[in-house]
Amino acid sequence: MTKISVNKKVFETDSDPSTPMLWVLRDEFGLTGTKFGCGIAQCGSCTIHVDGEARRSCVTPISAVVGKEVTTIEGLSPDSSHPLQKAWIAEDAPQCGYCQSGQIMAAAAMLKKTPKPTDADIDQAMNGIICRCGTYNRVRAAIKLAAMNGGK
Amino acid sequence: MSSRVLKFLVIFIAVGVVAFARFGRFEPVENVAASTAEDPVKARAAFNEAVKVFFSARCSNCHPGGDAPTQGDERRIHDQDVKRGPDGKGVAGMECATCHQAENMDGEGLPPGAPNWHMPPAGNKMVFQGMTAAALCQQLKDPARNGGRKTLKESIHHIETDPLVGWAWNPGNGRSAPPLSQADFLKKLNEWIDAGAACPE
Amino acid sequence: MKTKQELDRRSFLKASIVAGGALVLGLNIPGVSRAEERFGVTSEPAADFSPNAFIKIAKDGKVTVVVGQSEMGQGVMTSLPMIVADELEVDWANVSFAHGPADKAFFNPAMGMQGTGGSSSVKGFFAPLRKAAAQVREMLISAAAASWNVPADTCIAENGRVIHTATKRSAAYGELLEAAAKITPADKPKLKDPKDFKYIGKAVKRLDSPSKVNGSATFGIDVKVPGMLYAIILRSPVIGGTVKSIDDTAAKAVKGVTHVVSLGYGVGVIADSFVAARKGRSALKVTWEEGPMAAVSSETIMKSFVDAEASKKGLEAKKIGDVAAGRSKAAKVLDAVYYAPFLAHATMEPMNFTADVRSDSAEVWGGVQAQMLVQGTVAKTAGVPVEKVKVNTTMLGGGFGRRFEMDYVIDATLLSKAAGKPVKVVWTREDDMQNDVYRPAVYNKLSAGIDAAGKPVFWHHRLATDAIMARAGKAFGFNLKDDQLDSSSFEGAHELEYKIPNFQCDWIRVDTGIPVGFWRSVGSSHTAFSVECFMDELAALAGKDPLEYRLSLLEENSRHAGVLRLAAEKAGWGKKLPPGSGRGIAVAESFGSYVAQVAEVSVGSDGKVKVDRVVCAADCGQIVNPDTVAAQMEGSVVYGLSAALYGEITIKNGRVVQTNFNNYKPLRMNEMPKVEVHLVTSSAPHGGVGEPGTPPIAPAVVNAIFAATGKRVRSLPIRTDELKKS
Repeated sequence: MTKISVNKKVFETDSDPSTPMLWVLRDEFGLTGTKFGCGIAQCGSCTIHVDGEARRSCVTPISAVVGKEVTTIEGLSPDSSHPLQKAWIAEDAPQCGYCQSGQIMAAAAMLKKTPKPTDADIDQAMNGIICRCGTYNRVRAAIKLAAMNGGK
Repeated sequence: MSSRVLKFLVIFIAVGVVAFARFGRFEPVENVAASTAEDPVKARAAFNEAVKVFFSARCSNCHPGGDAPTQGDERRIHDQDVKRGPDGKGVAGMECATCHQAENMDGEGLPPGAPNWHMPPAGNKMVFQGMTAAALCQQLKDPARNGGRKTLKESIHHIETDPLVGWAWNPGNGRSAPPLSQADFLKKLNEWIDAGAACPE
Repeated sequence: MKTKQELDRRSFLKASIVAGGALVLGLNIPGVSRAEERFGVTSEPAADFSPNAFIKIAKDGKVTVVVGQSEMGQGVMTSLPMIVADELEVDWANVSFAHGPADKAFFNPAMGMQGTGGSSSVKGFFAPLRKAAAQVREMLISAAAASWNVPADTCIAENGRVIHTATKRSAAYGELLEAAAKITPADKPKLKDPKDFKYIGKAVKRLDSPSKVNGSATFGIDVKVPGMLYAIILRSPVIGGTVKSIDDTAAKAVKGVTHVVSLGYGVGVIADSFVAARKGRSALKVTWEEGPMAAVSSETIMKSFVDAEASKKGLEAKKIGDVAAGRSKAAKVLDAVYYAPFLAHATMEPMNFTADVRSDSAEVWGGVQAQMLVQGTVAKTAGVPVEKVKVNTTMLGGGFGRRFEMDYVIDATLLSKAAGKPVKVVWTREDDMQNDVYRPAVYNKLSAGIDAAGKPVFWHHRLATDAIMARAGKAFGFNLKDDQLDSSSFEGAHELEYKIPNFQCDWIRVDTGIPVGFWRSVGSSHTAFSVECFMDELAALAGKDPLEYRLSLLEENSRHAGVLRLAAEKAGWGKKLPPGSGRGIAVAESFGSYVAQVAEVSVGSDGKVKVDRVVCAADCGQIVNPDTVAAQMEGSVVYGLSAALYGEITIKNGRVVQTNFNNYKPLRMNEMPKVEVHLVTSSAPHGGVGEPGTPPIAPAVVNAIFAATGKRVRSLPIRTDELKKS
């Protein structure tokens, strides 16, 4: 049994340590907000935080998070009160919504270290998250709104 | 040739010229001639062999002149347009470690991995891409531009022991390895140093 | 005017559903679904008053609007409830939505089936929902009036209450439910005057946003039912190949693998987790009967297009005057070949589906665009009565036409039947990319001539391409005949708004063997490219400004001209741009909406195209939610731009070459242009919204590249090396 702390709660898994966290989170821990999009770290739908930094969970093995704190979209805030979540709703950023957990988690990781991001900062941090609905401009606007509201 | 590459080349040439101009004032920080006779011809020949490794895709992809690493044997701009960041570990929200793990992953399109996957930091870029052998050689000898390594043996030690450097010879997923084996590479570098570490003209 | 032979996709669907019988289904099975046990998903919300299939009102006044359409990002879970909220006179804060079951009550009149496609949801449901809500409003008013013993016409409804205007006496809807339930709904309820609309026409916040920012929205891939197994399918590497032999020893030895099932077209590996199923699939050894497609590659397909165009007359989709006579009178003639490639849908959520097939019934879950087709398909595949199939629709992680298909539904149904347990099938991205139904590739031969004044005297467009309906029609029991037109192959090319005296559009049907399907904006996704770029070439040939040239060929008051002028004005058409930059314009009608776009691009000396700004003018008739419309236009631009810049599926020895987002590239954040959307205020009938923004972007960009570089791009995707400065 491997113990993993996710959203400040300890979970246990007996899966092989090489198993990607994405499937452990989704299928074992019931945290389905983290999405499968490509499986090769190209699309970013599976983005989580490990000790506060953005990680693509589809390529992050269990062994890489042991002893660290994992945060998923479900744990970003208890009640959707994170400034990014509020800004996302204010801008009506989501369309189909499938990539949005990844968008928000990547943005949250960026804002922690770059609280007042420029457009270039946003491009660099968010380029790894593909959205086929084309919500990029609203995502950008939402990040700026959250930053304006002092969000991390 | 892409405009980006052209721009880089211009930068590299400029860097090279500056480096060369500085070299006159540059006092070598070590006495490499202590045990072996200096032989500039032999040293240059050895370096010209070794430099092929620095210039290979495996090594140079993460040693660009700008802040954008390249990828693949074709050295295209890295997918997602990732950037170096201040410490060479990417930018907040998109670190190297966001995707690159401690080891290679097997499967088409999966990111390669090695412990502490990163680029040189912004303050000491250790540029390989677009350099001439001569310029690269001078850079290796300049602690201000070689990652702060005071002696060439220190650099050799880094090349010999850093798992990230060693990854180049175990790149996985059908990626090409550098043209020299790691052992031959080290041998050539040591030959170069032992013969006085003269740089190509 | 449509020719007799022409098959109109939508009216065809309508006819076949009604005539086919098998797909006309009974009411859904009541009771708690297994997903509800697990997730508390309210596919059938508890309600104290359910006057019709669409509206449920609880005693606390909360209104749930049941939507039988699918939410794939286009905002239907907001726009349809808005229609109800407005006519029912309830506060938006008290409105929520729920997914409807597969049920004839949710038949989409604009599509001829319960289906979400053809940009038709608002078009189809505006009138039915208004009527349903107005009926309920009148029932509530009548109930209140009766209890107060006053005439109903002295009462009004407002913010979830009935008010007696003279006395200001009022009652909340929640208090009136029991009495209202006894009142017979009026056949012709009085509808609100549009000038009194509170929500319709306003930028109302989406109801689904909150669930999409905290991970709680349930997509098909998130479904988990008790006892469920996971499956992944190894499919033939060659299109249309079949299983010859299987060695499953190693696969079955993988921990967690429970079943290996041959499906003919593939082999399913079932396990207690997705990871185990994936490992099992890697260990599986299958030899394939590759079939005839093994001899097909992109080059042979191109040759078949060229040969067919050269040797076959094709079917006339449209003919006006005489193009040969026109050619003989032309002062200048232009001939060009335009090519558009196969494209994948690449929805962010890969195909997946969950089925629980029991001996005499089945329950299924997933993101689908055609619930009743799913119901019929599951019934047929599982061998259970159609009325015993319960379809639970989840959120769709993108549709774009892909989730109109039944392949992934069949996968899960067959595997659940084989395992005797609920099974969730998940496609990997590679499965999804390589087993899509692709936007057809199209080879266009265009010829046109102008007179001495520059006016076109003839236009002859010949399209060699697959027939989507030849394959897709079979799902509805329809066989496209050899002499029958399939408008989805050439829509947008055969009924031009431009005044051209001698016009002909021919369709040369080529059966490439590549499975082709409906891809956002269907035929218009490529005809706008060939037509609007060639029109730009004619303008250049005539020495005219591309905008002025188009306007000179359009009726002054046409909606085409309207959006062209609007887009041009907002874009600053004619204003100078820096060297290396250019502006291009294009217009297209699709699904009853008219969209013009102006693209500003800059082309580097390395040939790299950067789209800096897109100005979009759209006339979609009467609009329900302008913010949703704007979002759809923005998204359509990105979808079309990804295709124009990078999108191409190629074939080698019957195999799809592209695998994942590393070699089928979508646009990313740093390539995103500024997009400005301007909507025409209109009371014209509702046009579509989800698709019409896609067609004009490729030609607008290509025309802008010409303005910037003087080079014509006639083949997509745009190739950087051809634009490189030599």
